[in-house]
Amino acid sequence: MGTDRFTPGDRVRTRATDPAGHTRLPRYARGAAGVVVERAGRHPLADDRAHGLSPQPQAVYHVQFPAAELFGAGDHTVTVELWEDYLTPIEESS
Amino acid sequence: MSGDHSSSVISAEVRHVEALLEARGLLDAGEIDTRIDEFLAGGTPANGARIVARAWVDPGFAARLLADANAAIREVGLSMAGGLQEQRLKVVANTEQQHNVVVCTLCSCYPIALLGPSPSWYKSEAYRSRVVRDPRGVLAEFGLELPAGTSIAVWDASAESRYMVLPRRPEGTGSLSEEELAALVTRKGLIGTAAV
Repeated sequence: MGTDRFTPGDRVRTRATDPAGHTRLPRYARGAAGVVVERAGRHPLADDRAHGLSPQPQAVYHVQFPAAELFGAGDHTVTVELWEDYLTPIEESS
Repeated sequence: MSGDHSSSVISAEVRHVEALLEARGLLDAGEIDTRIDEFLAGGTPANGARIVARAWVDPGFAARLLADANAAIREVGLSMAGGLQEQRLKVVANTEQQHNVVVCTLCSCYPIALLGPSPSWYKSEAYRSRVVRDPRGVLAEFGLELPAGTSIAVWDASAESRYMVLPRRPEGTGSLSEEELAALVTRKGLIGTAAV
């Protein structure tokens, strides 16, 4: 965990599960496919900190989503800042 | 989504803990207020405006600002290190093709050092829930009608970075000084709910 697994341009999907406690993965961005646009440093996972833990810092990314992917409509983009734990890679079939 | 906390259970608990700390001599009365005042001191939209004006007159500074905002703002004597730790700043530039707008959907994260305390509408559930879904409609309500060909990028401050918008320099301002340019920049312009 926390090895800067993703690089800008990588396609990722966010976790779809509803966690028991605090999270910084907004509900509207769950289970959504987006693109990593920039690394945003390394920080302890807020979900764990909210439970009184002291997790090791892990990579955080700016991930951009088309509005239609999040809301089913709209021509804008929404860029959310997400910890690596929230993301799984989308394998390209080229 | 979190809302107004003023009368919530957590507020009462915080006040209770504060009172206990003061009663046991671990915290001086008013110390927390003093620390908050220190944190807010110097935080004003004039800081953000100064950064924008410099970027308008100095393309090299603008490029450095977009590449590494934390380093660039030190050139004009500003910093994101006023809190417990330095916060990462990301500056996003408006262009003819793209307009940027900032929100914190989860709470109210905001670059206080550069913009001062956030406006109440920024913290409202209406703004936070609607601007991610319908930014064009919300911006129109602010009086900002964007051309149909201008795309919109919404930035949700959901983690540790803070965002500031670099507005486009208005037409016909070629003769203005850097100070005069800074005076054109508004808090809404720095959040993205106004053109400048």
